[in-house]
Amino acid sequence: MAKRSFLIPGVDNRLLIRDAIKVMPDLTRRRFISGGASLGALTLLTGCDVLDGNSAEEVLKKVSKFNDAVQAWIFNPNALAPTFPDSAITKPFPFNAYYDLDDAPEIDANSWKLEVRGLVDNKKSWTLEQLYALPQVKQVTRHICVEGWSAIGSWSGTPLRDFLKLIGADTTAKYVWFQCADKEGYNSPLDMPTALHPQTQMTFKFADEILPRAYGYPMKIRVPTKLGFKNPKYVISMEVTNDYKGGYWEDQGYNSFSGN
Amino acid sequence: MSSVAATDSQAGRARAELIQPAWVRAMHWINAVAMILMIMSGWQIYNASPLFDFHFDRSITLGGWLGGALLWHFAAMWLLMINGFAYLAVGLATGRFRSKLLPITLSGVICDIKAALTFTLSHDDPTKYNYVQKLLYAGIITVGVVIVLSGLSIWKPVQLYYLVMLFGDYPTARYVHFICMALICLFLIVHVALALLVPKSLRAMLIGR
Repeated sequence: MAKRSFLIPGVDNRLLIRDAIKVMPDLTRRRFISGGASLGALTLLTGCDVLDGNSAEEVLKKVSKFNDAVQAWIFNPNALAPTFPDSAITKPFPFNAYYDLDDAPEIDANSWKLEVRGLVDNKKSWTLEQLYALPQVKQVTRHICVEGWSAIGSWSGTPLRDFLKLIGADTTAKYVWFQCADKEGYNSPLDMPTALHPQTQMTFKFADEILPRAYGYPMKIRVPTKLGFKNPKYVISMEVTNDYKGGYWEDQGYNSFSGN
Repeated sequence: MSSVAATDSQAGRARAELIQPAWVRAMHWINAVAMILMIMSGWQIYNASPLFDFHFDRSITLGGWLGGALLWHFAAMWLLMINGFAYLAVGLATGRFRSKLLPITLSGVICDIKAALTFTLSHDDPTKYNYVQKLLYAGIITVGVVIVLSGLSIWKPVQLYYLVMLFGDYPTARYVHFICMALICLFLIVHVALALLVPKSLRAMLIGR
């Protein structure tokens, strides 16, 4: 492989390479949902289909939906994610995505606007300057990836619930659905109780500095009560809705609630 | 009165011959299936972010990729947890744990380990566990409890924060979860090998006698 400039400040090279390797068996990921390879090794080991692959997959999807309901029931809107001192921050904080950092969106602050849609009183778009003018709070919390690793980071921004109040959102709606500028169009739904959690944040800074490109410039949604993939980066729009609109990873089989 | 006493003792002998009651057998095999599903899908999940400098070969993992493995893991967990909880409840309520697994004495364990290593450990009375068995079975039940608690900690580190605190922090809970898996695999190797060496123990777990 040709030598490429992977180095950017704040990104762990080792993790970056590991993530690049992980991207390689990508085909097998997609195959799970489409091809019914869910029984995988079990059928290989036994040499026969103990269960029809597709029906096993249907059962697993149903259990995952059931698990969404269980998790929504377990979710305590007042339970706060543990916070840490600045000294506990993981350095460098890993960059993680389904693409190389080189392919991360490069967003021009001057033309970027946050689009607001759906069940809200005020649908005007917000410039970065307008968003930066909102009161910000800082949190040092643990980011937990669906893959199992975790890292402690420092995020500053506006609590999402304050912003939802500001735009007159219908907070009885079921979801806030985010769309992002990532290649292939990342998106992810966030259930309203989690959107209203005091630590759910529209993040503009990492470690007191303007959010770098690696972590989602100009805006990410930091949700310490969710796994990392439910913390969208490079956000371009939010929609308050009662419809389940799916998500990039959710559609491929990750549990949709994925709460911590 | 004497005839009644005789009937009682006969019934007692009949009961004594039943080594593994139906509930133990049912729960044992449900647990076996659940454990294998959990371990194989767990290996695939581990591969997404290995704790150590190795990964599990895909031919022995379940789920195909991380997302599929998670679906399996969070489905089989219900089987494992509900069955495991029922097993603990019945085992404690019926006094089976107490009568079968206790007492475990250090001198008894040392004596039986010596006997086992010299292949002189007796399995003549399958209704009674020797000290090596008592230690292993009590140990694996404890490991089973810890793997569920550490697993819950990893699944819900915010909602079950106090459970996480029990292990120190989230990354430590992951290591505990992994180590418990490794212990269960070690147990499985010994357990299956011995069940095959002493087939009447396997028969008792299949048909009860």
